[in-house]
Amino acid sequence: MATILAVDDSASMRQMVAFTLKGAGYDVVEADDGVNALKAAKGKKIDLVVTDVNMPNMDGISLIKELRRLPEYKFTPMLMLTTEAGDGKKQEGKAAGATGWIVKPFNPDQLLATIKKVLG
Amino acid sequence: MSINLEQFHQTFFEESFEGLDSMESGLLNLQAGGMDADTINTIFRAAHSIKGGSGTFGFSEVAKFTHVLETLLNEMRDGRRAVTPDAVNLLLQSVDVLREMLTAVRGKDAINHARANQVHGQLEQMLQAGAGTAGAVPPATSAHTHAPGTQDWKISFRPQSHLLKTGNDPLRIFRELGEHGSLRIDADLSQLPAFDRLDPESCYLGWNLVLESMAAESTIEAFDWVREESALNITSMQPGTPVSMASVANASPAAVMTAKTEGEAAASTASAVNAAESRATTRASAGETASIRVDISKVDELINMVGELVITQNILGQIGQNFDMSKLHKLTQALSELDRNTRELQESVMRIRMLPISFAFNRVPRLVHDLSSKLGKKVELKMSGESTELDKTVMERIVDPLVHLVRNTCDHGIEMPDVRRAAGKPETGTLTLSACHKGGNVVIEIADDGAGLNQEKILKKARERGLVKPDQQLSADEIHDLIFLPGFSTAEQVSDVSGRGVGMDVVRKNIQGLGGNVEIFSEPGKGARFTVRLPLTLAIMDGQSVAVGKEFYIVPLVSIIVSTIVKNEHVSTMANGGEVFKFRDEYLPLMRLYDLYGATPRTTDISQGLMVVVEGDGRRAGLFVDELLGQQQVVIKSLEANYKRVEGISGATILGDGSVALILDIPGLIRIAHQKKVA
Repeated sequence: MATILAVDDSASMRQMVAFTLKGAGYDVVEADDGVNALKAAKGKKIDLVVTDVNMPNMDGISLIKELRRLPEYKFTPMLMLTTEAGDGKKQEGKAAGATGWIVKPFNPDQLLATIKKVLG
Repeated sequence: MSINLEQFHQTFFEESFEGLDSMESGLLNLQAGGMDADTINTIFRAAHSIKGGSGTFGFSEVAKFTHVLETLLNEMRDGRRAVTPDAVNLLLQSVDVLREMLTAVRGKDAINHARANQVHGQLEQMLQAGAGTAGAVPPATSAHTHAPGTQDWKISFRPQSHLLKTGNDPLRIFRELGEHGSLRIDADLSQLPAFDRLDPESCYLGWNLVLESMAAESTIEAFDWVREESALNITSMQPGTPVSMASVANASPAAVMTAKTEGEAAASTASAVNAAESRATTRASAGETASIRVDISKVDELINMVGELVITQNILGQIGQNFDMSKLHKLTQALSELDRNTRELQESVMRIRMLPISFAFNRVPRLVHDLSSKLGKKVELKMSGESTELDKTVMERIVDPLVHLVRNTCDHGIEMPDVRRAAGKPETGTLTLSACHKGGNVVIEIADDGAGLNQEKILKKARERGLVKPDQQLSADEIHDLIFLPGFSTAEQVSDVSGRGVGMDVVRKNIQGLGGNVEIFSEPGKGARFTVRLPLTLAIMDGQSVAVGKEFYIVPLVSIIVSTIVKNEHVSTMANGGEVFKFRDEYLPLMRLYDLYGATPRTTDISQGLMVVVEGDGRRAGLFVDELLGQQQVVIKSLEANYKRVEGISGATILGDGSVALILDIPGLIRIAHQKKVA
């Protein structure tokens, strides 16, 4: 099963995402900010990244930008979790290389549906 | 399939309250003129997280409220809105409202709508009035809905060449489209370059698709993520209209895809999630246990200790096999190792309950801010030693006394700016809050550079209240102590800041209830200092065991002044039968422990036993016992939880030989003794 990197500084959101994904059988690697996510990603084979945008130390957009620079993450799907619907963040994220976004608030079913679509 | 989100609520509440705390301290920083991007970012992030979480976990009212707040903060963050003191005050109020809302939601209570709506309204007013130009623009979706019924959609999709580098796979899009109905796909290879010029990471293909579906255009979300970076054209056709397409059979995703149900996969995952879910609900219903966050290093330390303990156990096990006296030396060595392991393990377990005192101190900046603006005083707060650690229970119970002391200092201690100026002091008073470890105690000091305690006023009030006899002469310290008497309040008018009847007596009682004490040091015109001493933990205490006949009792070591032999001629009996003895020029009440607890002593002759002089509540008394045994750390077990409350007993402990010893409540005993002495 695919390995998903879930990045969020909010523990509750991270737990929710991780729990939902694990329940669906995915392997989940968790990180609480961009810096730690980058560290985690470097050592592992990640099939999909789900990241919050606003985070301390390194935000989600910078994380995506950094990951895209690594050859092994050139084509990996990366989704942003964002509340900023219809806002410049999405475009900023896309410019950084994000695959797409999931708009908060979302429920586990929606999350899972989106992830399934992406991973096929 | 649905997942019970309640299991994440506790974490959500914990982090939200933490977020509110950091918002608050951030806002107070802004108030103090510290206008930096980091602070605003932190505040924004906290609001943002709460909004996201509350929306996700179904607390829509909280989410709605936070939304306005977030918009306002976003404008400040982007520099589109000035950070005025008014705005900061409103934001601080919003923090309060959010705290109330979250508390209500957590307790499943009703939200105070009146207050929430009022502040919400004010926030919206500010938003509209302000310079901010960024309203929340709803996502522009071209929403022309069609009547239901199957329809053919002709879709032309020409992505930009970097599509693949954003992790977007056209297959994913087609799969998703396929879920809406039947799909025909034809690839357009016209842009494909010659092989030697082909960059394998770029996308040269375009697609023409026909989707036969009931779906309205607005529900087709498959292209949402790529709309901006592709030429996309979706047009409606009458069903059945023939579509001419360049037929390119061999291009990769050029197959006719039909709607594929993912039933199989869904079924297997659903059962897995259901099982996980039922596990989770059991855990959630196990009760709302309080949790603490523990530094991972503390846990590692603990694991390390346990490792050592296991090694010692193995050594002991080996010695135990075929034991003979030649191994005695090894045995003693291993036992002393076990002793060390146990002690270290105990210490490190206790450390897990320890939290930095900043948890209690965090409330103070806001308090001082609110008080000084309410009272028209200028107060600067200085804090130090916030990382000093204290047991969680002690921490929780010290907050109220601490708040009261700070409130008192702002209200009574620090003078109005004009008074201070007249006294040659800077207009802004300083309130210093500090904490440190001293011996086995945590010492908290609340100091100010205000007027100090007004001894005349205190004495006058005490005389009026009949707390002091008219002709009684008191030392400065004794006068200061008067403010701790029940029913004492010097505020001429009962202000809503302090002096609400919950006085300093309650403060002292609470602190003593924790096994601590509070002292005052005051210098007229220069300021006052309250020193609060607290034990590190409530669970373990240093005790002196004493014997009376066959019974053992534990006297808390902190309350023992001295143990001495008293001569019979120094003991006098009073008219009411109570006894006193002479100790360093004063007469102290004498309590025969065997009398109090109905034990059979080895001796009733005062000169044959030992007198343990103890102090509690600032008063002294003597406890007559047979003999002193050793000093040891005792683990306190509640008597109330296992039996019932007994006057003069604070708990019990289990001794090394398995017998139970009662722990004496010295302040309680002294109270009993002095009542007797007075009566």
